Amino acid sequence: MNNFQYARATDVADAIRLLADPGAKLIAGGTNLIDLMKENVERPTRLIDISRLPLRKVEETADGSLRIGALVPNSDLAYHPLIEQRYPLLASAILAGASAQLRNMASVGGNLMQRTRCAYFYDTATPCNKRHPGSGCSAMDGLNRNHAILGTSASCIATNPSDMSVALAALGALVHIAGPSGERAVAVTDFHRLPGDKPHVDTSLGTGEIITAIELPPRGFAQNYSYLKIRDRMSYAFALVSVAAALELEGNAISGARLALGGVAHKPWRSLEAEAALRGQAATPDHFSHAADVLLQGATTRSHNGFKVELARRAIVRTLTQATNATPQSQAHKKIA
Amino acid sequence: MNAYVGTPTSRVDGRAKVTGAAKYAGEFPADKLLHGFVVEATIPCGRIARLDTSEALQVEGVLDVLTHANRPPLADKVEPWKDEVAPEKGSPFRPLYDDTIKFNSQPIALVVAEDWETAKFAATLVRVEYEQRGFATDLEGERSNAAEKDKPHKPRGDAAAALAGADVRHEADYVIPTEHHNPMELYATTAVWESNGKLTIYDKTQGVQNVHKFLCGVFDKKPDDIRVVSPYVGGAFGSGLRPQYQVVLATLGALALKRSVRVVLTRQQMYGLGYRPMTIERVALGAKSDGTLDAVTHEAIAVTSRYEDFARNDTGWAEQLYKSPNSRFSHKLVHLDVSTPSDMRAPGAASGVCALECAMDELAVALKLDPVELRLKCYSDRDQSENLPYTSKQLRECYARGADAFGWSRRNPAPRSMRDGKDLVGWGMATGVWEALQMPVAVRIALTSNGHAEVSCAASDIGTGTYTIVAQVAADALGLPIENISVRLADSSLPQAPVEGGSWMAASSAHAVLAAAEEVRKELLRLAGKMPGSPLADTELADTVLKDGSIAGASDNSRAVSIADAMRHGGIERIEKEKLNQFEEDKKHARNTHSAVFAEVKVDEELGVIRVTRVVSAVAAGRILNTKTGRSQIMGSVVWGIGMALHEETVMDHRFGRIMNANIAEYHIPVNADVYDIDVIFVDEPDDRINKLGIKGLGEIGIVGVPAAIANAVYHATGKRIRRFPITLDKLLD
Repeated sequence: MNNFQYARATDVADAIRLLADPGAKLIAGGTNLIDLMKENVERPTRLIDISRLPLRKVEETADGSLRIGALVPNSDLAYHPLIEQRYPLLASAILAGASAQLRNMASVGGNLMQRTRCAYFYDTATPCNKRHPGSGCSAMDGLNRNHAILGTSASCIATNPSDMSVALAALGALVHIAGPSGERAVAVTDFHRLPGDKPHVDTSLGTGEIITAIELPPRGFAQNYSYLKIRDRMSYAFALVSVAAALELEGNAISGARLALGGVAHKPWRSLEAEAALRGQAATPDHFSHAADVLLQGATTRSHNGFKVELARRAIVRTLTQATNATPQSQAHKKIA
Repeated sequence: MNAYVGTPTSRVDGRAKVTGAAKYAGEFPADKLLHGFVVEATIPCGRIARLDTSEALQVEGVLDVLTHANRPPLADKVEPWKDEVAPEKGSPFRPLYDDTIKFNSQPIALVVAEDWETAKFAATLVRVEYEQRGFATDLEGERSNAAEKDKPHKPRGDAAAALAGADVRHEADYVIPTEHHNPMELYATTAVWESNGKLTIYDKTQGVQNVHKFLCGVFDKKPDDIRVVSPYVGGAFGSGLRPQYQVVLATLGALALKRSVRVVLTRQQMYGLGYRPMTIERVALGAKSDGTLDAVTHEAIAVTSRYEDFARNDTGWAEQLYKSPNSRFSHKLVHLDVSTPSDMRAPGAASGVCALECAMDELAVALKLDPVELRLKCYSDRDQSENLPYTSKQLRECYARGADAFGWSRRNPAPRSMRDGKDLVGWGMATGVWEALQMPVAVRIALTSNGHAEVSCAASDIGTGTYTIVAQVAADALGLPIENISVRLADSSLPQAPVEGGSWMAASSAHAVLAAAEEVRKELLRLAGKMPGSPLADTELADTVLKDGSIAGASDNSRAVSIADAMRHGGIERIEKEKLNQFEEDKKHARNTHSAVFAEVKVDEELGVIRVTRVVSAVAAGRILNTKTGRSQIMGSVVWGIGMALHEETVMDHRFGRIMNANIAEYHIPVNADVYDIDVIFVDEPDDRINKLGIKGLGEIGIVGVPAAIANAVYHATGKRIRRFPITLDKLLD
């Protein structure tokens, strides 16, 4: 680990001011950043500790939205009564990720900022466009079993590892950001970027900007939802494919649908087209399967990740079925419902 | 006599371990301790063209950067580097010896600093330029270069002809990937520079005397100059049988700087140590239509390094398990630009028997026979390789007890015939086999007149429970409560012991305790017999026991003299006896442990997600010294078997010759959520031939057969035969 300076931000404005230093990085829970620093992948010259800033509230707003401070620990959020009651999809997705210890440390804002788990990104002895722009993508023709099948570019096929973000994308959450030129809000689906020719840039966060809160719109899909994460072991593994599905049903007819995937792209992959394909249809396996086909149109695969297309298709159908039946996947029980 | 042996005695070191009082190699304090961090090569083959340490040396707190160019002397001859577990053929790896790169992640420099973080940071500033050479790391790509290195196993009959003429044949390749041990404790050495210039080496190892002899040879030291200590080991599983490079580097650092130096490897660096070699196991079985075997052939093709021939017995196990008039076995090696493999839980057997038992399952399907019935039809009461009977073999009983506990009779043999909701249910089974080995071990017992005894031996306890069983056997042999026994282990200055491995330490250490205790009893009898009016005058040694703090007549316990009285009359406070126990050579019997493993899997039909919902392991391993730690051993091994079946794989990018999942986030082992019910049955297996106490040893046997039982269950559930491990869900998707 490099030597670095440490500064504790006194308030958000102070954090923004300190971020003017191009070598500076924000640290909250540190569950990903410290890891990357140990691997010599991240080499900040200054850490700005924001963990004591007053961004830990979960508040209902006048219009019925819910505003979640960026520093709320993942566990606190997953077990918050308002989240459990109104946004159980989000609670479930958070509990599908990492381990209890990591969730206790990790902040909501930090979860949005976590970087890919691509092995080449982590190994400084191999080329990686994300770590060292222009050096090449080792995964493209290398070990790419865990890599992206949607929204890839010629320079990067890495995936975003977050579970929480997938549920946030499905729920249409906003990210509130403060920066040198004031405050702004951006949809979670626009917060994370596709790799394009700048895979080293993960998000749309600008220089000096800091996440202050996440806002969940009033519609919570608390009746018919499910988060299903398919991975190589039953816990503590990143998703091969994960699906966040949420439905509003009138009888057996779908009046509202949300569908987002994890483990398949450089960002949580919400598909408005697939959602449109579901709306107005009967909640049947055939329609789910059709929506999956719509979502997966344009999927591209490399030597080892071809299975993800079929796996994603089946997982989408299963998750929508769980949502329809109001039998969401339990993250505490190992069996897939 | 048996107040403790055979009982579920709790670990005598349990409290020290859970309270943190137990110190591990990287935890021993030392004055003015320095910390070393290893710089690793990033290419698999070639030489170091330039190594620039100037920037690293400028970092405040860095004392030195040791490289091949500036290190203290190391042995130039090959012989001193050959530790007692080194392969016969080859020249062991010598860290920082010269500029040659033999494998990726090879240590090429040691940064020594006042603290670990400084050393680690400075290590990133060491600049290296290489002359890279062409290399190969892919076993399957280099398969055509496989060659038999040792004298081939003696064939029986004409296997090729028998196979050609068999009613039913099965032949297939099974691929076992490279696997790493991943013990919880990181490899570490604290080399303490003593005031007299001698070294005390706290090392994570399975054999302190092996490391001691190795260091004395490599550094040209006298035995008294170095002492190696390793009181607790947080798992090793074979990775600590040979001295690992961090012990050489820490010692080099201490000698160079005349200060104490600690080197702790990172988890990632531990992937540069030994591993279970990837193997391609080709098994062919030929049977008569009645299910009896006519021919077995098994060829293993395994990875080894360019510099050593590491080979274990993958292929010979069918000789012991199944009657067949014709057989041929061969083990071939492929030299690659990788580090030398090492022993890893049931080396050879875990891989080879996995292939054999999958093949037997495939044969049973082809014959339309129940898999247990097939194994009973082929059951061999003799070890066919030398045509010898066993000291004991209760494998039939393992099949019966295991099948009964599992409910095997309710199995519908047709694949995909059993369901539980969306899950396909599969039941599979396999046989396990391992050797019952025993080695010479010496033990010293110091008995004091207050009825306390210190039992000491250089053997390691790698977490297996050696402290506990030594205490149990000593308490029984000395007739004392276990609280009165203190056990000292794993110090090279203690009485002789080999490395702890191969499941041999239980039998070996237990009988050494018995032998030393007999010497103590002899001395007590001599003292007691001399007492005026002694009730034990003229009593033969064979007619005495130690019981309840006394020496007593074996047939008449009332004729007794207390230890305190005997010593007082003899005018001594303490009896100290050391005895080397050697087992009588018995070339007329085969010695093995066995198991029958039954597994249930539930496979989500659409998604391919596999859960191992039940395992029954019925084990025949002679007398079980401690049913509690023994059960834990088997349970742990079964969990490992689940990992071998479904999770574990060291993945290498052959373009770089680099391991790409060198961490335990991406190298998957089972987590709690992957483990359901594990039922361990110890089948009664009295054995008065193998040794006095009838001990065979546990540990290795627990994993053998488990991966095959699970793979066979996956086939039964899905109708899909996966021959390339681990069985991940993508392999089940159409």
